[in-house]
Amino acid sequence: MEINTKLGILADAAKYDASCASSGTDSRNSSKGKGIGSTEGMGICHSYAPDGRCISLLKILLTNFCVYDCVYCVNRVSSNVPRARFTVAEVVELTLGFYRRNYIEGLFLSSGIIQNPDYTMEQVVEVARILREEHDFRGYIHLKTIPDASDELLAKAGRYADRLSINVELPTAEGLSLLAPEKDARAIRISMGQLRTRIEAAKDKTLSGKRAPRFAPGGQSTQMIVGADASDDSTILAASASMYGAYQLRRVYYSAFSPIPDASAALPLKAAPLVREHRLYQADWLMRFYGFEAREIVTKDNGMLDLDVDPKTAWALQHREQFPVDINRAAKSMLLRVPGLGLTSVARIIAARSVRAVRLHDLAGLRVSLKKILPFIVLPDHQPGTRLDSAGLELSLKQGISTQLGLFRPG
Amino acid sequence: MRIVQLAHETDFQGWREAARRLLAAHAPPASLDWQAGPLVTTLFPDELPPLPTDIAKRTATVPAKFIELCESVILHKDPGRFGLLYKILWRLQLEPGLLQLSFDADIRKAEMMVKAVRRDMHKMKAFVRFRELKISPGETRFVAWFEPEHHIVAALAPFFTGRFTNMDWSILTPQSSMHWHDGQLFFTEGARQEDAPDEDDGETLWLTYYRHIFNPARLKIKAMQAEMPKKYWRNLPEAALITSLIADADKRTSAMIEAEPSVTRRKVRQYLPDSKKA
Repeated sequence: MEINTKLGILADAAKYDASCASSGTDSRNSSKGKGIGSTEGMGICHSYAPDGRCISLLKILLTNFCVYDCVYCVNRVSSNVPRARFTVAEVVELTLGFYRRNYIEGLFLSSGIIQNPDYTMEQVVEVARILREEHDFRGYIHLKTIPDASDELLAKAGRYADRLSINVELPTAEGLSLLAPEKDARAIRISMGQLRTRIEAAKDKTLSGKRAPRFAPGGQSTQMIVGADASDDSTILAASASMYGAYQLRRVYYSAFSPIPDASAALPLKAAPLVREHRLYQADWLMRFYGFEAREIVTKDNGMLDLDVDPKTAWALQHREQFPVDINRAAKSMLLRVPGLGLTSVARIIAARSVRAVRLHDLAGLRVSLKKILPFIVLPDHQPGTRLDSAGLELSLKQGISTQLGLFRPG
Repeated sequence: MRIVQLAHETDFQGWREAARRLLAAHAPPASLDWQAGPLVTTLFPDELPPLPTDIAKRTATVPAKFIELCESVILHKDPGRFGLLYKILWRLQLEPGLLQLSFDADIRKAEMMVKAVRRDMHKMKAFVRFRELKISPGETRFVAWFEPEHHIVAALAPFFTGRFTNMDWSILTPQSSMHWHDGQLFFTEGARQEDAPDEDDGETLWLTYYRHIFNPARLKIKAMQAEMPKKYWRNLPEAALITSLIADADKRTSAMIEAEPSVTRRKVRQYLPDSKKA
């Protein structure tokens, strides 16, 4: 099979993985190297597809042959999609070729399970080894690890990769055993725990002062499919919170289940709305950067996030007794809870108020949405009055917000 | 009006030297006309005032953050940037907390410039596309054509030399061109798009990848354009595919939804992982 045909099949097979991040690893370049490549803390998106997703890495499967039969997966054994398999050398050459032309930051390699987990993982790791050791490639490498693969292979994967990931796939163990009969929620969590231990050990110096062997300096991430089973948003966010806490994940990606070629009859017919995925990312942001607890974010009784309004505004509308917030006196943690104030605006307010009192016309200069903020705050020359308590507030905020879906950017 | 002449568009050292002297001479911001590069007026630039002899006492001290701000702002294309920085320096003498007031009109303007410059630099790192020029058997030069908005080319030299250290390459832009050959960096004058090579065979695989990594079931055109505005499209080979990918997306998605679940054509043997053999 021609390389161009294989690439088409194996990119089609890889696109349901949302992650394309090339961030969070150590900084390095090739100035003293024999090959090519560099990384900075911040990733680079080299292109964007019309689905709005960043193209940062060459994201492909080594092969889409797979012995597993996960219902939601385009590559499950029972699907009739065309199959292909790259050789290790082909993936190495594709990566270097794309990198030289500045199309990508590096490689995100995953694979269907062929023969058995160890055999598959060995092939995946071999690609990374050749890139690093034979070509002195210093770009980004993200490897998908297979929970049942051996410890030794895991250690090798971590030596070559910047990031490792294991997809938890579904928020509950029941959902997983229903839709992915060969996968085991417990094994996945144990693997994540092992990754965490190794990642942290690699950051510490050993007792003798020597550096521990390199292990995935960009950390680990995972992905959950949204809408393929009946889990509500509360369940999903609780699963995320527990994984952020227990395994120190860098990111949890949410992937709204969408139609795939040759879908299984066991799948729901309707795609999950993309706005649900968007709200989950916003909620995820609130947990990681805004000091929110998973359990306080979902405000509706049915366990779902409000699709009409962002979760921070929804929370504020339900906790009006905590407002208005005095912009000049409130603690940072409370400023972060004001709808319409982001991390940057809060940092700017805190810097400015140490110099002088912040007034109404100052806020206009911060390029924030006054309409959204004013009902919730107090300034020397502004009081929200009865607006905060009025029944119309919710409606007016919802109308203003529904058109601004692009504000938070997953990816 | 005093004309202050700087050597080139990103002459930070020249600006710094001039600003020190002018500030020591109490020259108000509104009395200065800053110019960079070849003289554009018929007037001659004015001599800078000498530094006072008690310089130690009278040299302005500024927060480190101000120098950082200057280094980015100076790369912006706005001809008013030199004057703006001098005005901020002038105001800092009486308002030491000025840089912390993001909503102040001058600070806001400077921060907007920093943001624009950073974005431009980030997009240049992302969107430069090298094409291969075979010079002789065994010798390849990678050449790209790019149109930055601000004066950022030289500032990006460490990025490109650190990443593509062991390749020979040129990045051609309308204002200046940057070359890396045998481990040496040098700059030449601006170039034209015709000076860069046309599409080549090596692009085929990239176009295939772009076409196939796209998921037609989740069209988000606005999100794409927010990060990859149309002004960049003419220099991105993959952008030529966007229109047709969008046009076919609905049809492809409906076909997936309407398709009857198919009967597996392969022989499937039930796989049982070790963890489940018990």
